[in-house]
Formats: sequence, C-alpha cells, structure tokens
Amino acid sequence: MGGLIKSSIARKVAMALSGLFLVFFLLQHFTINLTSIFSAEIFNELSHFMGTNPLVQFALQPVLIFGVVFHFVMGFVLEIKNRNARAVNYAKYNGGANASWMSRNMIYSGLVVLAFLGLHFYDFWIPEMVHKYVEFAPEDAMRYYPELLHKFESPIRTGIYVISFVFLALHLWHGFASSFQSVGFNNKYSIAATKFAKAFSIIIPLGFIIVSLVLHFTH
Amino acid sequence: MSILDSKIPEGPLADKWTKHKNTINLVNPANKRNIDVIVVGTGLAGGSAAATLAELGYNVKTFCYSDSPRRAHSIAAQGGINAAKNYQGDGDSSYRLFYDTVKGGDYRSREANVYRLAEVSGNIIDQCVAQGVPFAREYGGLLDNRSFGGVLVSRTFYAKGQTGQQLLLGAYSAMNRQINRGKIQAFNRHEMLDLVKVDGKARGIIARNLVTGEIERHSAHAVVLASGGYGNVFFLSTNAMGSNVMAAWRAHRRGAFFANPCYTQIHPTCIPVSGDHQSKLTLMSESLRNDGRIWVPKRIEDSEAIRAGKLKPTQLAEEERDYYLERRYPAFGNLVPRDVASRAAKERCDAGFGVNKTGEAVYLDFASAIQRYGKEKALTSGIHNPTADQIRELGEKVIEDKYGNLFQMYEKIVDENPYKTPMMIYPAVHYTMGGLWVDYNLQTTIPGCYAAGEANFSDHGANRLGASALMQGLADGYFVLPYTIGDYLSHDIRTGKIPTDTPEFDQAEKEVTDRIAKLMSGSGENSVDYYHKKLGKIMWNKCGMSRNEKGLREAIEEIAVLREDFWKNVKVPGTANSMNPELEKAGRVADFLELGELFAKDALDRRESCGGHFREESVEQSGEQEGEALRDDENFKYVSAWEYMGEPKDAKLHKEDLVFDNIELKTRSYK
Amino acid sequence: MNLTLKIWRQSDAKSQGKIVDYQVKGIEGDMSFLEMLDVLNEQLINKGEDPVVFDHDCREGICGACSLQINGEPHGPDRLVTTCQLHMRMFKDGDTIYIEPFRAKAFPVIKDLMVDRSSFDRIQHAGGYISVNTSGNTIDANAIPVNKDDADSAFEAATCIGCGACVAACKNASAMLFTSAKVSQFALLPQGKIEATDRVLAMVNQMDEEGFGNCTNTGACEIECPKGISLENIARMNREYLKASLKG
Repeated sequence: MGGLIKSSIARKVAMALSGLFLVFFLLQHFTINLTSIFSAEIFNELSHFMGTNPLVQFALQPVLIFGVVFHFVMGFVLEIKNRNARAVNYAKYNGGANASWMSRNMIYSGLVVLAFLGLHFYDFWIPEMVHKYVEFAPEDAMRYYPELLHKFESPIRTGIYVISFVFLALHLWHGFASSFQSVGFNNKYSIAATKFAKAFSIIIPLGFIIVSLVLHFTH
Repeated sequence: MSILDSKIPEGPLADKWTKHKNTINLVNPANKRNIDVIVVGTGLAGGSAAATLAELGYNVKTFCYSDSPRRAHSIAAQGGINAAKNYQGDGDSSYRLFYDTVKGGDYRSREANVYRLAEVSGNIIDQCVAQGVPFAREYGGLLDNRSFGGVLVSRTFYAKGQTGQQLLLGAYSAMNRQINRGKIQAFNRHEMLDLVKVDGKARGIIARNLVTGEIERHSAHAVVLASGGYGNVFFLSTNAMGSNVMAAWRAHRRGAFFANPCYTQIHPTCIPVSGDHQSKLTLMSESLRNDGRIWVPKRIEDSEAIRAGKLKPTQLAEEERDYYLERRYPAFGNLVPRDVASRAAKERCDAGFGVNKTGEAVYLDFASAIQRYGKEKALTSGIHNPTADQIRELGEKVIEDKYGNLFQMYEKIVDENPYKTPMMIYPAVHYTMGGLWVDYNLQTTIPGCYAAGEANFSDHGANRLGASALMQGLADGYFVLPYTIGDYLSHDIRTGKIPTDTPEFDQAEKEVTDRIAKLMSGSGENSVDYYHKKLGKIMWNKCGMSRNEKGLREAIEEIAVLREDFWKNVKVPGTANSMNPELEKAGRVADFLELGELFAKDALDRRESCGGHFREESVEQSGEQEGEALRDDENFKYVSAWEYMGEPKDAKLHKEDLVFDNIELKTRSYK
Repeated sequence: MNLTLKIWRQSDAKSQGKIVDYQVKGIEGDMSFLEMLDVLNEQLINKGEDPVVFDHDCREGICGACSLQINGEPHGPDRLVTTCQLHMRMFKDGDTIYIEPFRAKAFPVIKDLMVDRSSFDRIQHAGGYISVNTSGNTIDANAIPVNKDDADSAFEAATCIGCGACVAACKNASAMLFTSAKVSQFALLPQGKIEATDRVLAMVNQMDEEGFGNCTNTGACEIECPKGISLENIARMNREYLKASLKG
C-alpha cells in the first residue's frame, strides 16, 4: 500500500477519489444554498448546524480542506509530469480532432475554480473563522442569511461567481465521468453512469448560478 | 551418390522422428550454459527457435532489422494455421495432412520432413494456446476451425484475419520471458552482413548496427538463419519492404547450397497494381474465394469499355460474363489451388480481358453470395416474403461478419465499395518455397549453420498449401530445431567461448566494410529503387507465373548486365556510419541481383511444370488436361541444390533425388 | 496534386532538429502516404540531398512500424488506418501537410521521423508473457475451454500493433492504452490469470520508469488507434492494478 501513490495509476485513482469526494461535497453545499431562495429560516438553521457542529467543524472540515488541497496539488504535480513526458512539442497539434476541449484543459478550468475558491475563502470562510475562533464573537444563529445576501449585492462579484461556475461545469463535465474509468468502472452500466455524471455537471453548477442570480436580483 | 546427405533416419515413416529424437545426442543443462547460439530473424521460426533454445539453457543472441521482433513479416499472415488435431472429427490425421502437403507441393518435397511437420502440428496448437494466443472459439469454449483451399477437411485454426499476428505475438511473448531472464540478448535494428566460418564451421556473424552504422562481430557455436523468403526479388510482392535474402545469400556465398530458387508462390487474390508509384502489394485472404466468384467480360469490347470507364461491371448481365475458373475447372471451380487460379487470371488478362486501368485485374464478385446468404438469413429470421433490398441487406451483413476487415481494407486502398461493385484482384508474388538446402536436422551444407522457416526449402515442395507457412515456421522453431541442434552442439561442450579477434573475423569484417565502401562509391547516376524496379520487371515478365526457355535465357543476361551497371552507377546518399536506409536497401538489392540470376538459371534447368513453376514447354498436349501443367517425374524428381562458385552463372547444380515410399505420384487434376 | 510538406528533419538523436519545407508535384490519390514520401525521397536522392528517414515495413497496416504525426494527428486524418494505409485522396491539391515524428520523452528521435520505441518492448519484457515452456507435451489445447466472449475480448486487445499512436496522440504522452491492451489480453484468459498480479505490477512499473505521462482519460488514444483498441482496457488495467496492489 505504501508504494501505491508512486505509480501513475495510483495517482490517477487518488485524483478520481478526491474528485468524487469533492463532487459529493458540492452536492451537499448546493442543497444548503438552494434552501436560501425558499426559506431564510431553513438556510440559517442548516448553516448554523454546519458552523457549530463539532463533527463537521473538526472532522469533516479538515478532511474537506485536505481533499481540496490534495486534489489541486496532485493536479499540478500530474500536469508538470505530463508536460515533461513530451520534451519537444509538436509544431502542429490537432488536439481537437480526438479529444474534447474540457478533457484537454482540466488544468485551466481547475485553475479558475481554484482562484474562485480563494475568493470564496476570502468571502466566507476566513470571516467565518475570524468570527468564531479569533474574535470569539457570540453565537448568532440568524446571521448567515443576511451575510449571504450581502455578498451577492455586488454585480461584479455575482458575475465572477457565475463565470467560475461555468468553469466548474466544464471541469466536472470531463472530471466526474472520467473518475469512473479511473477507478476501473467500465461495464454495461457505464453509459448510464456517464449520462448521470454529465447531467450532474450541468445541473449543479447551473443551480448555484441560479441561486446567486435569484439572490442578486430579488434583494 | 550425390554429395548431399539428407540424413533421413531409417525405419517406417511414422516412427522416424521419434526414433531420431531418441537416438541423437543431448547436451546436459550445465553445459548448455556455456554454449552460444545466434538466431538471425525473429519471425515465427526465429522467434520460436530463440525462445525455445533459451528455455533449454543456451545463451541466445537474436538479430532483426526491425525495431522490435514483433514486427517480423510473419505478422501479416491472415488466414490461419493448419494442424492435424481432428477436433472436427472429419477424419483428419497426421497422415492426411502429410499427404495433402506432399500432393499440394506437386511431389517435390521430402516425405520424411513433411511427415514430421504433420506429426508436430498438433503440439503447435497446444503450445500456442498455453501461451495465451487467442484463437477463434465456438460458443462451447472450444477451438474453432475453418477449411482452406486444396483440402477436404477443416483443420485450420485462426484468429480472425490476423492469425500470423497472434502467433507471432505468442512467439514474441515467449522471447520476452527469456529476455527478462537474460537468456536472450536481442539485437534489434541490426542486420547480418556476413557469416563467419572457422575451420569450416559456422562460428559467428558480422552485423551492422543500423542506428549507428557500426560493424559488429558476434560469435557463437551455431548460427540459425530464419530470415524469411526472397519474394522481394520481384520488387513488387506481398512481402514487407525490408524483407530480403541477405542472410541466406551471404551463407550461400560461404558454402551453403541454395535449393529450388525458382519455386515461387504467386497468390491469386491480391489488390491489383494501380500505377508506377506502387511500392507494395496487399494480399486479400484466400478465404475470399469460398464466397467470391471470379470473372471477366465475355466480349473483349466490354473489357475495353470497362477499362475506359464507359461501362460498369454491374451493368453486365450474367450471360455476358465469363466465370472462367468455373468454366475450365468445373470440379473445383473458384477453389482451385493458388497456382492454377493465378495462371488462369494471367491468361485472361494477357488475352486482353483485364478490367482495370492497367488491364491487369479480374473481378471477384460477391453478388451471388450476398443473394444466397440473404435468402438463407431471411428464412432463418422468419421473414417470409423478403424484398430484394432486404435480401441484399441481410446478405451483406453475413458477408460483413465473415470478411468485414478485408472489405474495409479493400475500400481504404481502392476507394470502391466491394459490397456494391465487384472487387478487383490480380495475382502477386507471395511466398518462396525455395531457400537454403537443409538436411533432416535443418542443417545447411555448412556445419553449424541451420535454416528454419521460409528461409529453408524443406517442406512445401513446388507449391505451398494455404495456412501451412505458419505451421512450418513454428514447427521448425519450437519442435524441430531445438532438438536437432543439440546433436551438433553436443560436440562443442569443451570448445569454450569463440573468440572474435581471429583472422577469420578480421577477414570477414574487412570484406563487409570493403563492400559497403564499394556501394557508397558508385558514380551516382541511379537510385537503388531504380535498379530494384528494373530487376522486378525482368523477374515478373520472364520468371513470373509462366516461364519459357527464351525468356529465361534473356533474363539471365539482362540481370547480369543490370548487376554490372548497379555496381558502377548506383547512388547511395549519406554516410556508412549513421542511420542510412538507402545503404541498407543497396546491400539487399545487390544480393537480389545475384539471386535473381540464379533463380532464372534454376527455372531454365527445370524443364517441367510443377507447382508454382510453370514452363510453357511442358504442358499436356491432348485429352481432358490439354494445356494444363505437365510434371516430368522421370527426369525432374529431384531437389536442385546450387553451390556457389563465384558468378551466379557458374553455380554448380547438385541433385537430391526424391524418394517416395509412402505416396504414389499422381497428376494433380482439378477438372 | 501538388503539395507543400513541412517535415521535421533531425540528423541524429543528439542534434537539433527543425521543420523544413518541401514541394512535391504530381501526387495521385491512389498513392499511399508513404508512397508520396517515396516520391519526395527519389526527388531528394536525384538532387543529391539526404532522403527523409521514416520507419515502415509491411505497408499493409499490421506490423506497426510506420508512425508519423500528420497535420497534428498520429497516422493522419483518416480513422482506423496506419500511415501506410492512409491514401493521398484524403488531401487536396495545394494542401500544406505537417509531418512530424511521434513525440514523447520515452520515444527519442533516431533520425528525422524515425523514433526509438524500444520502451514498448521493455514494458513487454517486464511481464508480457505466460510462463510456459515449449515441451511438446503441454496439455491439449481443448483442455482449457475459454468463454467465447472472453476469448473475443482478449483477441480484440491482442490486435494492438504497438505503433505508439496512443502515446503520440495523448496530450500527456501516456502509454496506458498500449500497456492495458497487453495486460488485458492475458488477464482475460484463464491461462493468464495465474500470473496476473505480478504481471500488471511489473508492466505498470516499467511503463512508469520509461517516462510516459499519466492518463487523464481524454480518450484521444482510442480515437487515433489504428486498430480501435478500446478504453475499456484501461479501466480493466486500473482494476487489475488496484487489486494487485491491495493484495501485494
């Protein structure tokens, strides 16, 4: 098991598993966000639970952070290795003839998503941490919804948010379905699984975008 | 008594091989570790021999001009491999395979060798399956068989249209295992340029590293040549571009007799030549003749109109077509043996009935088969009143299942849809039955120099049956040579490593470098291909499907003149000490220019028609067989083995009389 | 037709290479791509220049010797063919064609368009075989029945010709399709199962050592493979590898 991560296949499987984990997280995040356009109370309640539950805070959150960091660090490592595997580039390379743009540009869609994560951390997570663990501000179970609305006031920020989720969709379009192949899942159910993954890649980011636009325009 | 000793063991035919194996000397395992064997060529014969010798414990060095042993031209064999397994229960046996092979070879092969081939054929299939060769299987999980031209049983094992590829990958995997163990050292992108003899025995080779141009010396206690056939003497053939006679020819110049050079197989179903630029011919599996009907127009005007592009073959009605094989050979029809089908196509095209631009093509038509299969399929699918379109569609599907990959290949090359319009085919040089003369142990006339596979002459007589080349290559490599060579090597257990810093190696290397220097110093008027194409034209026109004395005499002279011009005026660009494909070609063509002449000389000597060798002077004069090939057993029941004496014209003929104790000689009739 | 060729010229492994322009005239649609290069070479030889070096042998699409990245795609724009079976009718008069060697660190250039693919051989030395000796009395071939579907799948995997188009097409220069085809062929057959664990570990290990890139499932290899080797083989190898790693 120790040597596992040294091989190309192990790295690929690790990428797939961390990606799948993030996909799962995305679904959960989206569910909570979605409630915000229906009911401020439920949104506050769920956010409060996530923000204060020690299991979430001290077990799931570090795992998530590790997952994110692992996924992008490994992504960079693989990208560098892969670029090194072709010392001299082609004068003419017709990549579009045999592979989709999404599959060939995971590093770029990934970088956009990463940049967005930076902004997202700056917007939500850092203030949240400061609020809870630096300032030890008193608990306020109702503060989440107003904070959320505040963030989507700026059209520029909302625009960046929308664009980032387009890139996330592009990233997922290849990444999600391809993770099945990476973990060795390729059989008669693959077509259905791939369809599901592709649908997910559109619906979830689109959902995030809709939520942000609703919040932006209705308040 | 000739100086040729075939060393056929005594005793009844069926016991010879077992008895021989039981009586020859063995080398003990500890001693094998001190013995080196060189194998030149890594196709089916060389690859399987190298792997088996290494398994036995010898230190093996393999040489091939490709970048990997897996690319040897055995890989291109399509149809299958024969074996007398009798899995179909249709009465097959070693004897029957032996009989078919001798008969198919027009009674010009050695009984004992052929019987041994038939005897070990079953082991080949066992071995290949154990290695993981994915042969075609039936739904029950057992191996499937198909039938092939010229025989009455189903004994051909196959892997779709890629049997040669799968078998070669099997032999290559066996090699890989030994390379991994360090028992085989593979010298890829290396070409043997000479054989080195020490005290009359083959003790090594001079090879050129094709990447660096370096000349290397390699010594061994025995040298195995498995370097394939010489069909490329015709320039256009189904052989690979690099296939050549150099290794065999160099051995010939060092004293190995060359047997039956004129026996060439011209395969009837190849894609026709499309123009002067053509570099290579592509074979379409013989199996197509099971369902395709061969024809040309009845009226010469129609052929002319087709050639001019004014008429389409599908516009000709049934009665306007001449299904000439069915007409001439009602019993076998389109399934006559390869040589007969090829000559018949040439006869029609020479008479002006050819159907492509160059006038050298006949039709192979699947329309009837599509109709027949379509109706059958409609019936079994429960369609009671199928429309013409339905029948056609169903029929095309059946044909696609059987020959899909071949049809696709044809369409890629010719740019016509063979489901809709008949295929065009023409014969092409495919295989050479002649080769280095070997005795029962596969040893040439040079002690310690062995020849296996297509490189030797032994098993196919004057004509090879379909699906037998793969069988012979693997039989030699897996099951014959590794045993018989032990008998020779048992005398070498105290010899020790053969040094390469001896006068013999010095001399051989000097000759090689002098020759390269001479090739590089031509006046530079014409490219190597210019000469190769000219040689090919002479060979095809005068030593091709049908031969006569006048043409052969002309060929001998013309080749000699061409050879002289080659050495004066050839242009080899680049340098000798770097990767230089033109230099490689030049060396190969230089040898073809000698072999070609010997080929014609041999064909001239053999004033009979037999198998692939058709002499216009030797045909039946009357009766049912009028105009068909006439064999002359009284005067030509021998193997021609040529000894090198300098120029090819001076080569000395030695005859090995063929003795048939178990088979009665008969005229082949397909009427 | 008349064409402009932009061909990579490099005199040996150590030299710097560059793209050189050539003109060829009178090319016919019936010519194969390699025959078109023959025409160019004849022209160059007659002019006293060095002909372009490229790998080729059988010229019927089975030996896997020919390569060439043509207009940015291995074996050119046609599908399910090797360069030797690519015909000039795929091009138009006046076209400019880029011709480059297959590029990968594990495929160093030998000269011009010829590359060294011995890394593929070394992957197979590492485990591409079933350990069985040639005794002449191995068990009867029909003593090992094989499910027809498995036999057919093994055959499909085994039709790989080892040309390297998968590596050349892959943006990562990964050899996963090639290696997985070899692993699959044996993994699917009962004869090959016995050594399956060691085989997949050894072959993948060698593949990594050769410096090929990682697979990112772009699928370019499958599209460009002249034999249509399926991506399923890669999934199978991933499974086999995981199984073997957990076991070992």
